Amino acid sequence: MTKEINLKIDGIDLIVDEGTTILNAARKANIQIPTLCYHEDLCVAGNCRVCVVEQKGVKNLVASCAMPASEGMEIFTNTGKVRLARKHIVELLLSEHNADCTKCYKNGNCELQLLASEMLTGEPMYIDLVPDKKYTIDRYNKAIIKDDSRCIRCQRCVRTCEELQSVSALDVAYRGNHMKISTFFEHPLFEVVCTNCGQCVNRCPTGALIERNYVDQVWDAIYDTTKHVVVQTAPAVRIALGEALGMPAGKIVTGKMVTALKRLGFDSVLDTDFTADLTIIEEGHELLTRLKKALVDKDPSVALPMTTSCSPGWIKFIEHTFPEYLPNLSTCKSPQQMFGALAKTYYAQKRNLDPKNIVSISIMPCTAKKFEANRPEMRSSGYNDVDYVLTTRELAIMIRQAGLDFASLPEEHCDSFMGSSTGAAVIFGTTGGVMEAALRTAYEIVTGREVPFEGLNITPVRGTEGEVREASILINKTLPEWNFLEGVELKCVVANGLAYAKKVMQSVKDGTGNYHFIEIMACPGGCLGGGGQPIPTNPEIRSKRKSAIYEEDMGMTIRKSHENPEVAEIYKEFLGKPLGHKSHELLHTHYTPRKRY
Amino acid sequence: MSEILKRVDLIFGEYSDQKYKTLEKTIKRPNDDIIKDILDSGLRGRGGAGFPTAMKWKFTMEQPGDEKYVVCNADEGEPGTFKDREILTQVPRKVFAGMAICGKVIGAKKGYMYLRGEYRFMLPELLKEIDVFNTNAQELDIDFTIEIRMGSGAYICGEESALFESMEGKRGEPRNKPPYPTVSGYLSKPTVINNVETFVNVLMICRIGPVQYKKLGTRDSRGSKVFSVSGDTPIAGIYELELGMPLEKFVEEFGDGDTKAVQVGGASGFCVPRKKFKDTIIGFEGVPTGGSMMIFNSSRSMYNVLHNYLDFFEEESCGQCTPCRVGCQQLRKGIEAVKRGDKPITYLEQLMKLSETMKITAKCGLGQSVANSFSSIVNNFKEEMIY
Ligand SMILES: Cc1cc2nc3c(=O)[nH]c(=O)nc-3n(C[C@H](O)[C@H](O)[C@H](O)COP(=O)(O)O)c2cc1C
Ligand code: SF4
Ligand code: SF4
Ligand code: SF4
Ligand code: SF4
Ligand code: FES
Repeated sequence: MTKEINLKIDGIDLIVDEGTTILNAARKANIQIPTLCYHEDLCVAGNCRVCVVEQKGVKNLVASCAMPASEGMEIFTNTGKVRLARKHIVELLLSEHNADCTKCYKNGNCELQLLASEMLTGEPMYIDLVPDKKYTIDRYNKAIIKDDSRCIRCQRCVRTCEELQSVSALDVAYRGNHMKISTFFEHPLFEVVCTNCGQCVNRCPTGALIERNYVDQVWDAIYDTTKHVVVQTAPAVRIALGEALGMPAGKIVTGKMVTALKRLGFDSVLDTDFTADLTIIEEGHELLTRLKKALVDKDPSVALPMTTSCSPGWIKFIEHTFPEYLPNLSTCKSPQQMFGALAKTYYAQKRNLDPKNIVSISIMPCTAKKFEANRPEMRSSGYNDVDYVLTTRELAIMIRQAGLDFASLPEEHCDSFMGSSTGAAVIFGTTGGVMEAALRTAYEIVTGREVPFEGLNITPVRGTEGEVREASILINKTLPEWNFLEGVELKCVVANGLAYAKKVMQSVKDGTGNYHFIEIMACPGGCLGGGGQPIPTNPEIRSKRKSAIYEEDMGMTIRKSHENPEVAEIYKEFLGKPLGHKSHELLHTHYTPRKRY
Repeated sequence: MSEILKRVDLIFGEYSDQKYKTLEKTIKRPNDDIIKDILDSGLRGRGGAGFPTAMKWKFTMEQPGDEKYVVCNADEGEPGTFKDREILTQVPRKVFAGMAICGKVIGAKKGYMYLRGEYRFMLPELLKEIDVFNTNAQELDIDFTIEIRMGSGAYICGEESALFESMEGKRGEPRNKPPYPTVSGYLSKPTVINNVETFVNVLMICRIGPVQYKKLGTRDSRGSKVFSVSGDTPIAGIYELELGMPLEKFVEEFGDGDTKAVQVGGASGFCVPRKKFKDTIIGFEGVPTGGSMMIFNSSRSMYNVLHNYLDFFEEESCGQCTPCRVGCQQLRKGIEAVKRGDKPITYLEQLMKLSETMKITAKCGLGQSVANSFSSIVNNFKEEMIY
């Protein structure tokens, strides 16, 4: 049993569990203490010092985020001493900071700005240090921009990249006045191990790490009457977009989002869900084929376990960290890229459009997708398969720019074709979703029966944050052509967040992990916690998004990818068969081994 | 040398006639007795902060678990301090014996010496001595070995928790406290970290007993202290003196007749002006020092002295926490601006408040102690700051 601690904060008596920090104890009593370096997802740094409070009998102030409550402690969060110290600290940060907020992408959504406004910082208290600093901006990356002039050195990004992602692309360099957040030898982000996952962007309190935005380019395309602009939206966008537009977390806003996109002027509002279903068909067949080669043909060259490939942050990670396992990656492109390739081929044909006049836009919960769209191999239509990738946040900006009152918008449906969705596609947005969707389909292909789980809910593979989830499913009473799988126990594992991905791959490498199929999502919680999702992010917000996803799945009439009518249609009209020639040309890809340094 | 200013020969006194004799005797005693002797002796740490050594050991001893460490802080980075180097050159065995006693008391099998990067030249001799120690320890059936880890030239790595980070191969950034080293130090295990000189003091207490030891020094500052005397003095060097002396006597002995101020305790210490020499005691009841005594005569510009210190802190701050990283830059720029006339004289008041904020909000002792030299120099030499 945990010990209980009695303490007093601002005169309020509190009982908390041993180990609770003063900050969290105060929050329990609804006393807000300002923070900058603290983040619920990360271990405590205690370096910004803005959360200082006064402790009775102690001369120095204490950092409330780092100080555990102790028996009989008396804390004051709002004394003159505390207030002055906090003001000094914010003023110090501002004196190092290029605070031209009107030119900053985070204007209006910045923790430093908010604190400065609360403290009524007016005339600067201290000397402007910025002219002496040789701040640099790394704009070379397609996904993420790093602007040192707006960095407050809180190290949230460093902790994110190391603790959550085990990538450590960012670290602290130099000492004292030269201390900065840097990459390996200060190379630009695109030259280092950074996966473009954007988790650091989600947690950066200021405008120092932001996505590279393509809002203006998309408006230009929309206004260009010679262009036909198609937009696809990923499953995780519709359960989070509302947050960036003033709605509470966990709201499903699919219909309003579609209406908004139509009103913004996109010529066709389609759905990444469609290619998510297509991914399941292709990837499911790929897995079955690999299993057949391994079990029937005894082909030693077949790479098992097979891992999913729809998370581009994961792709870049494995390319750098486990390049020897690239053959194990499914060759399926991500749903975004499948969509892009089809938009300028199948869709163009059907709509009788010249692909060169199609502009293909995608709205993603993800910054890594921006990088992915720019990979040289992603031009199988002969054009850029996807022209611009916007994050959920950028879409919210466009909606605000257009003056739409999002909450009051009516609800509409996506256009057809390539606009239909299933519950299986919806759950791509959460960890374990691809696995579940794949099993719903693969099991049925092999046995002719639905997966033996109530309501199609394969809860054992539903991943959670902060763990690796293993599950196995017994295949029996197969259809005759699949009888080589009779009695096979399909071993699956699901991981989210690259730190856990690393664990899984390490276990495969050292032989302790024996699996057939591995699902990896680069971001904590899966795409719902993606690097392009609304800021802030924390475990509570993500869990609400997750509930929304499963709610959306349950609300769908069709919940299995292979039952998506448009999927059946595209095979009939265009692709032929799964893993067929056309599929290989348009829907599959290859990978590039990269070095750690 | 004057009556009051007593030269002592405790730290540098000769080794006992037989190798590691005191150690051999001491390890046969119960831990509580040893702790009690150190407690009775009144010994406080010689690394600067002056924490009672017996308490530190006791807390660590009482921690559960059998993986504990003894670390000797030989990073000696404080400007104007060079006494640990002398101790390690002259009487390294005393240091190792002190560490071994600590290991026995707290239940540690492993001791590390974190040696300042610039002292690499001492390594061959020290390694030889460590071999001697390790062999003797074996003969005495003491399960305790010592190893040396080299520092990398960063002042901040002398701060105990940054030192552990550095030993663990990480960037030398101070940790949050609590937990303190006694609970979670090197490799997050209970650890005693003491200054080089502190370990020697422990050994000497074990040799001569607390009663004899307590005859040296004052009620609040027991024992002797090794001072590094530098600056405007004809007799710069290392001196072992009794603690608790009046600064006036010290200046009479070491000054050049024209002493304007003494910086006690290095850059992170206090500057005492001539008019306060008389009332200032060197020791924990007055101005404490890790050993550095810098003497300035009237030819010195105290503005330049302060500027130098601020330059030092600005560079040597680890840079992680706001008050220290930015505060140091602002203090330095601030006094420059006042000097140039770009800022009004009243800006000095603002800077004094800033230094006070740094003192109460910085994460570690470095940022917290910048105000010591800043306020004592600005307060006492205001004209020199302005004109
Ligand atoms: C910035 C900074 C630098 C320090 N450098 C040293 C050092 O070089 N040597 C040392 O013994 N203690 C140094 N200390 C003090 C140590 O943190 C620690 O208090 C000391 O090693 C404890 O030993 P003691 O109790 O024997 O004094 C430093 C502290 C700070 C804040
Ligand atoms: S990071 Fe924040 S405070 Fe800085 S310029 Fe941008 S909005 Fe303003
Ligand atoms: S880039 Fe952002 S998260 Fe990283 S240290 Fe700077 S302000 Fe903090
Ligand atoms: S985008 Fe991801 S991998 Fe790249 S620096 Fe940020 S957290 Fe690390
Ligand atoms: S006070 Fe200075 S040296 Fe200490 S942690 Fe803060 S920045 Fe680093
Ligand atoms: S929030 Fe506590 S030190 Fe930054």
